[in-house]
Amino acid sequence: MRAMVYRGPYKIRVEEKDVPPIEHPNDAIVRVTMAAICGSDLHLYHGMMPDTRVGMTFGHEFIGVVEQVGSSVQNLQPGDRVMVPFNIFCGTCFFCARGLYSNCHNVNPNATAVGGIYGYSHTCGGYDGGQSEYVRVPFADVGPSIIPDWMDDEDAVLLTDACPTGYFGAQLGDIVEGDVVVVFGAGPVGLFAAKSSWLMGAGRVIVIDHLEHRLEKARTFAHAETYNFTDYDDLVVHMKKITDYLGADVAIDAVGAEADGSFLQQVTSAKLKLQGGSPVALNWAIDSVRKGGTVSVVGAYGPLFSAVKFGDAMNKGLTLRMNQCPVKRQWPRLFEHVRNGYLKPSDIVTHRIPLEHISEGYHIFSAKLDGCIKPLVIPNAA
Amino acid sequence: MTYTPQKPPLPVSVDELRSRIPGWGVDLNPKDRPAVPKERFDLEATGAHWDFPERQLEKWPRERSIEHGMLPPVFGTSCPPRGISGAIRKYAYARYSEGRAAHWLLLLAADRVDAVEHHLRSLLTTHPDNPITETGVWAEFTHHGMASRFGQKRADLAHQPLDPVIVAGPWVAAGGAAYVGARKLAKAMSSSNGHA
Repeated sequence: MRAMVYRGPYKIRVEEKDVPPIEHPNDAIVRVTMAAICGSDLHLYHGMMPDTRVGMTFGHEFIGVVEQVGSSVQNLQPGDRVMVPFNIFCGTCFFCARGLYSNCHNVNPNATAVGGIYGYSHTCGGYDGGQSEYVRVPFADVGPSIIPDWMDDEDAVLLTDACPTGYFGAQLGDIVEGDVVVVFGAGPVGLFAAKSSWLMGAGRVIVIDHLEHRLEKARTFAHAETYNFTDYDDLVVHMKKITDYLGADVAIDAVGAEADGSFLQQVTSAKLKLQGGSPVALNWAIDSVRKGGTVSVVGAYGPLFSAVKFGDAMNKGLTLRMNQCPVKRQWPRLFEHVRNGYLKPSDIVTHRIPLEHISEGYHIFSAKLDGCIKPLVIPNAA
Repeated sequence: MTYTPQKPPLPVSVDELRSRIPGWGVDLNPKDRPAVPKERFDLEATGAHWDFPERQLEKWPRERSIEHGMLPPVFGTSCPPRGISGAIRKYAYARYSEGRAAHWLLLLAADRVDAVEHHLRSLLTTHPDNPITETGVWAEFTHHGMASRFGQKRADLAHQPLDPVIVAGPWVAAGGAAYVGARKLAKAMSSSNGHA
């Protein structure tokens, strides 16, 4: 089969690999029909995530058709069209039993602090991902769902991570009617977080970024009020000014490890790998939210320490909430919202890239060329 | 106002928001949201039909965090550890917990060694690494590399020039080291020939 493989920082190529075998009785092998590149894939691509091995296939957002099932699989059969959450989870460990599917303890030998994620380094379990023609899907009776007939493929693939993560980020903010919500980052997760904040009754939604094409999308797709942080000498002061010096009720970090806005933070994390991530957006969130407010973190950070302003968070009495999104918990409600037209995930797709051209796709996304917001990857594109 | 009890008024009324934004408030009740409560004991919800899953066959000694009490029953099988990078990785897992910086710094070091090992190995194959195609840099010419940067207020332009250094730097350093080593070797050989 053809598959994307990592060759070292900033280098990937498409290679011929063996079709993955069934390794466990509850495995399925899925033929991938559509995948996506996630902003967090760029952390791997840039060599930031420890134990990212040369030869690994990335990709934790994908949909496809079941090709083969293991002997204990009951809920799927070959030919089923499935969407697969980015989390790999067993369904019965201490954490899964309590709905914390993204924190499963039975799928990742390499680390206890994070669950299993497709194509996301050995730190997240050492599973190959879906930017390929075929992928192994463990716990086929637990993770995947059959794609409803009425759902578009592009909506389905965005429901495997970006959309539920943004929706989850808004929930972590504990938004109540009339809250002022500020979202840092107008990438896919930030756009969905902003859009979801309205569903939860926000009274004002503000989005911060430095890329004009993304801020434009935040205005049109997410009905948000937007600010380009490069226009302000001190963004935190500006945030105070536009909130009557109170601060926002809720701040959502939808940027994570490669946040811009501080050359020092960016270079020490993304380039020199001396921090788990550049916490610029997180620090702005801490400083921009009002005392007693809530900071929600859905941006991904590496496992090393980061220079976070915990003193201010403590002194302001903030509530900090965060997690990888347990995707499948969000699906029933999100399916309703998509069907009712409240969310149209595929509206943010900007690029559709054949698998054979995936190295250009990564470069376009990484270097933010061509107005790129969300690139999809199409295996077997003619 | 901030200095008085009441919250500042919203720029747009809730009624107007409801009429203007599709779905405004459909998840208004904080208790009726899918992620609430954070922990919700419900074994029926997952589709699992086991208490503890069957164990996947361990085809090679699987490296694991020493914070685990046992090897979890299911794991990824991509890229088994091998070579010098594999030895570093096995040591990092066996010696240090996830709580120690040494664990992660060793794994990051192993990643760089792994890349060098594979690049060198690729030179002995019919499919050597190609920095032009593998970096996708050709997209600069096909997807508006200049227009995407010039005239834009992009904060990342300050550090983007470092990216080629990260990609090419190790190759330049290795080439320089090889050149210096070859010169020293040639010098040593010619001087030993002179003595003979």
